[in-house]
Amino acid sequence: MSIEFLVASAVGVLSAAGIYLVLRARTFPVVLGLAFMSYAINVFLFSSGRLVVDQPPIYGKDVAAYSDPLPQALVLTAIVIAFGMTALVVVLALRTFLEAGTDQVDGHGETSAEQEALSGASAAEAQVRSDVEAQP
Amino acid sequence: MNPWLVAPVLIPALLAPLMLLFLRHRLVASRTLSLAACLALLAIGCGLMRHAASGQVDVYAMGDWMAPFGIVLVLDRLSALMLVVTAVLALPVMGYAIASGIDRKGWHFHPLFQFQLLGLNGAFLTGDLFNLFVFFEVLLIASYGLMLHGGGAARLKAGVQYVVVNLVGSTLFLVAVGLLYGATGTLNLAHMGERVAQAPAGDHALILAGGLLMVAVFGLKASLVPLHFWLPRTYASTSAPVAALFAIMTKVGAYCILRFTSTVFGEGAGDLAWAPGPWLLPAALATLLLGFIGVLGARHLRKMAAYAVVGSMGTLLCALAMFTPESTAAALYYLPHSTLSAAALFLLVDMIAARRGDYGDSLAPSPPFLQAGVLGGLFFLTAIAVVGLPPLSGFPGKLLILDAVRGTTGGWWAWGLILGTTVISLLAFARAGSAIFWKSAATEGQVKAGPPVSPQASAAIVATLLAALAALTLAGGPATAYLNATAAQIYDVGPYPDAVLEQSRAAP
Repeated sequence: MSIEFLVASAVGVLSAAGIYLVLRARTFPVVLGLAFMSYAINVFLFSSGRLVVDQPPIYGKDVAAYSDPLPQALVLTAIVIAFGMTALVVVLALRTFLEAGTDQVDGHGETSAEQEALSGASAAEAQVRSDVEAQP
Repeated sequence: MNPWLVAPVLIPALLAPLMLLFLRHRLVASRTLSLAACLALLAIGCGLMRHAASGQVDVYAMGDWMAPFGIVLVLDRLSALMLVVTAVLALPVMGYAIASGIDRKGWHFHPLFQFQLLGLNGAFLTGDLFNLFVFFEVLLIASYGLMLHGGGAARLKAGVQYVVVNLVGSTLFLVAVGLLYGATGTLNLAHMGERVAQAPAGDHALILAGGLLMVAVFGLKASLVPLHFWLPRTYASTSAPVAALFAIMTKVGAYCILRFTSTVFGEGAGDLAWAPGPWLLPAALATLLLGFIGVLGARHLRKMAAYAVVGSMGTLLCALAMFTPESTAAALYYLPHSTLSAAALFLLVDMIAARRGDYGDSLAPSPPFLQAGVLGGLFFLTAIAVVGLPPLSGFPGKLLILDAVRGTTGGWWAWGLILGTTVISLLAFARAGSAIFWKSAATEGQVKAGPPVSPQASAAIVATLLAALAALTLAGGPATAYLNATAAQIYDVGPYPDAVLEQSRAAP
């Protein structure tokens, strides 16, 4: 199995998982989906400088062939930004859940079972309610 | 190298951390510095515009690294225009934020505002695709903070949506950057244009995929249908000065579509020349229609104003999607008009809602309220501007667009839809105005509302924005002359890449 196949399938699987999770209705899976998508993009950006083995990205006197250093710098920037944004969206989702009483991304959900659990109702009761809600 | 090019990026970049670190508890100092920065940006913007009007393309290489290797800031007529529009918008918006006291309703309003300006100015000046991504992130992160400023459940709920949508957009931006870098081996826009022109036919599909994905990301910012769903809710639930400032955010999308397409998929690109155009036009026409239908269907003034932004973006993108010099000049005339009129509408709606107590911004008639006469007059003028009736600048803007799209493919569709939606929006605004001002004069009872915060200053700020629109109309001659020259510069294949890549071409 070639390295190209491995990297390409890793990007594909990560993106697929990310897209699926981002399209979920609640904030927690969406946050996970965003993280998956950013991992996929990082690997993809890295491979946009071509996949090579055993070639340094920095100038050396007796080096003939280099790997492309630019995508590596881009990936670093992208990692930092994605990390910061994930932190922000987690805090924002928590704050919204506590203040608005819903963790639906579209904001239309009723007061969720989890929040009632937080506000004192028993966990078992909350579980029953969420099961009832889950039924079509 | 012209050092003034860095100033629009540097001033907010230095000021924002300064205010964040040392002026957290000093409201007066923060306000003074913020206003001074907005004034300085306006002055520098005008100076740069005067300089760029000569047709010279100025390049500033960061750290003196020459063009395709280092990051460059590029100033041409288009960038200068966008800088001036941003500054002209930012100054009254900042004034309104101070007058209405919204900057006291939470932390860090002033630093976030400056970071927002930093991102906007940077996006307008940069000549590098990845640097554009970074400035996009700067302006988006600041916009998340500003959008949520003041808090409240409705704002937070809309905020989650806004942040998630834009994070997905940023991810797609990176995919597009990766595709284009992989296919062309450069991130400099001018250099990328040259590489695309020389690309073998086998790479065209990859380049086109990257390019269209990039335009889709810009379309998300520009609220292009079907990527517009985030906008009405976000703009309607945030505070008025922030919504007014966000009027320029959709224009960033439009600017980037124009800049990216004209440099990378320009005349020299052979088979790929103006490739995004045919995709953009139907989407722009749908944006136009859906936006103004939203204006008619809205039951609250804020939603109405937000949908008016979508509709006016449709008008703008219709002209932009034709990619001819005439239509681009017309779109660029409509751009400042659309920005300033949307901002005036958002601020005015906020003033109306504050004076109507429980009635807020809903279209139901309320008992008579304070300043109804002044606000009614301002609403009348703002509605004229947004709808695009004479004598304000919406009318010449739409006229120029109609004239420019005549005879192009899809031109008749644009005619029908622009004229049709003008009637729709006229109906919507007439209905809103009569419900809020006319019928409320005849309604019995009393409005329960606190005294408005600095009523004269707020009204004067909205009047200033309207005066700017009137000035745009009166100075139509010089303005269109500048914009025609801008369009000519955009469609001239040579000067932009020549100026950017001059140093590296001269090097052995």
